[in-house]
Amino acid sequence: MIPYNTAVVLLGCALLGVAAGTVGTFALLRGRALVADAVGHAALPGVAVAALIVALVGGDPRALPPLLAGAAVAGLLGVLAVQALTRTTRIREDAAIAIVLSSFYALGAALLSWLQTLPGAAQAGLSKFILGQAAAMRAEDAMIAAGVAAVSLALVLAAFQRLRAVAFDADFARVMGLRTDRSDLLLLGLIVLVCVSGLQAVGLILVVALLVLPAATARLVTHRLPRMLAIAATAGGIAGATGAWLSALRPEVPTGAAVVLVAACFFTLALLLAPERGLLARLAMLTRRRLSADTEHFLRAAWEAQEAAGAGPGTAGDRWAPLGAVAGARGWSRGKAWRLAWWLGLRGLLARAEGHVHLTPRGATAARRAVRAHRAVEHHLLAAGATDIASADRLADLVEHGLPPEMAARLLPEPSALPASPHALGRRTR
Amino acid sequence: MTPPAPLSVSHLTVAYGERPAVWDVTWAAPPGLTAIVGPNGAGKSTLLKAALGLVPALSGEVRFFGRPLEEARDRVGYLPQRASVDWDFPATALDVVCMARYPRMRWWGMMPRRHKEAARAALAQVGMEAFADRQIGKLSGGQQQRVFLARALAQDAELVLMDEPFAAVDAATEEAIVGVLRGLAAKGRHVVAVHHDLGTVPEYFSSVLLLNARVFAAGPVKEVFTTQNIGATYGARLALLEESRVGAEASGA
Repeated sequence: MIPYNTAVVLLGCALLGVAAGTVGTFALLRGRALVADAVGHAALPGVAVAALIVALVGGDPRALPPLLAGAAVAGLLGVLAVQALTRTTRIREDAAIAIVLSSFYALGAALLSWLQTLPGAAQAGLSKFILGQAAAMRAEDAMIAAGVAAVSLALVLAAFQRLRAVAFDADFARVMGLRTDRSDLLLLGLIVLVCVSGLQAVGLILVVALLVLPAATARLVTHRLPRMLAIAATAGGIAGATGAWLSALRPEVPTGAAVVLVAACFFTLALLLAPERGLLARLAMLTRRRLSADTEHFLRAAWEAQEAAGAGPGTAGDRWAPLGAVAGARGWSRGKAWRLAWWLGLRGLLARAEGHVHLTPRGATAARRAVRAHRAVEHHLLAAGATDIASADRLADLVEHGLPPEMAARLLPEPSALPASPHALGRRTR
Repeated sequence: MTPPAPLSVSHLTVAYGERPAVWDVTWAAPPGLTAIVGPNGAGKSTLLKAALGLVPALSGEVRFFGRPLEEARDRVGYLPQRASVDWDFPATALDVVCMARYPRMRWWGMMPRRHKEAARAALAQVGMEAFADRQIGKLSGGQQQRVFLARALAQDAELVLMDEPFAAVDAATEEAIVGVLRGLAAKGRHVVAVHHDLGTVPEYFSSVLLLNARVFAAGPVKEVFTTQNIGATYGARLALLEESRVGAEASGA
């Protein structure tokens, strides 16, 4: 049975993750990820000043709302400073963000150290905002997280169309008379809201990761925006809850680090395994393409070796081609030619014996198709004057693969004819 | 009294940094189909963007149907250059076309069905209805251009400003765009398009503006689209081109 306090913390962190995932999706699509980082770092001096003021007026310095209000004000000031810098000077946005983020953070760190020299408990537990400590969450803090999550979720879903229009093509939206500045302001407000409410659990350094990682994970997995929102929200929620739980089991691990590590695990998994954009899927596709190109090249080389051996142009005859001739024609090593021959043998396209290969009927059909496509492209390039005989072969090698038979038929209208290689023609005319 | 021109600019000057891109342009687009023609970097796209308020103008005045843009936004459509957006964006072709209907709905909530139907009809007009639910990143360049065209159509505007609608498109797309242009003209709508291909100007457009930072000539294609005016607009570069072509023909013969 999970103790009540832990359950509260888990729920709070999960809701925070859901909010961060949905808001982060639009932050990512609108290119505002770094702005979120600036908001997080800029919040530190706000927290320190708020704690000081609360202590001065004699309030409870550990009460969350004033601290978060201070964080929100400072975070907004940071974003405004970034915008002012980019608008009025020649400093570009990335540099402006770096300047503001580090200056505000340094100010916060200095204020925090100074607070610690003061009598009283103004500084009590403020450093937990840097890396996050969900265990310090109380039930009412979890309620705040829940409220924030509900508000941001509702706003994102309501303004979904507008946010998408501005993220996709802000100029077009502006021409239509949509108030893009208002949509941007709404998005910025949501980013600040999520950053600030995540301060206690995740900490101000890592809160940007909670916005970016689930959204980036979802982007790898899907092309549909509604699905992306759902996946980002789920990934964020699970990361939040799991991270908080891990940090409850091992209190020496800061919650922020645990949450972000879980989110990073999701991202890594998506990066490797995503069905279309994943690295493994892309590697498999590349290998498949390369192998099919090599197969066509091998079959064609075997066919042409037979032609050269006297079978005459356009007819392969029933001869054995030496593997060395195939390797030589392609510029392959003997090892590579041997491996390909073995693979094609397995596929039943050719037979091997004593360093020679012999096309099976199926292999001969495939080889004929490959030769036909290659020569169709060669003749077409020559006829179009796009190349000379010397480079036609190499150019055709680049474009012939995946040339559908009907396209080859259009380039070479006569269906049964297999033309002689233009190189052979060239030799003859000379 | 004649109705005010769909688009008129007076003394419009736009500069990027030090270099003026559009220099004191005073011009009124006549009704119908108009091409803006000029060499690369002549400020053709800049003229459109400045008219739409997307780049700041140093000076000058822009009027749509005799009114400032703010009062005529619902009468003006826009087809930006295809390369101006990230086509990897998670959206379908229909999603993109639907964006043209946003000014007609509230800022919150779902898209009403009639707007979705209008967007579908616009897609059908450019021959893309079969691709409505296709992710835009998986469309060919020409298909993407047609999606953009459908979005401009879905705006249902009286005047559409097009920024290089024919840039790098396949034959099918070019045909679709020409069909749309003729359809718009037949309905009494107006188009102002930045155009690159000098050879097709007389076939596709009724009027032309020859622009190279300044206005070199403007008016009906039959009257002003002359070798002399084109040569003046393109300056020395075209003269060189002509000479080299003549030279090549002479040596080839």
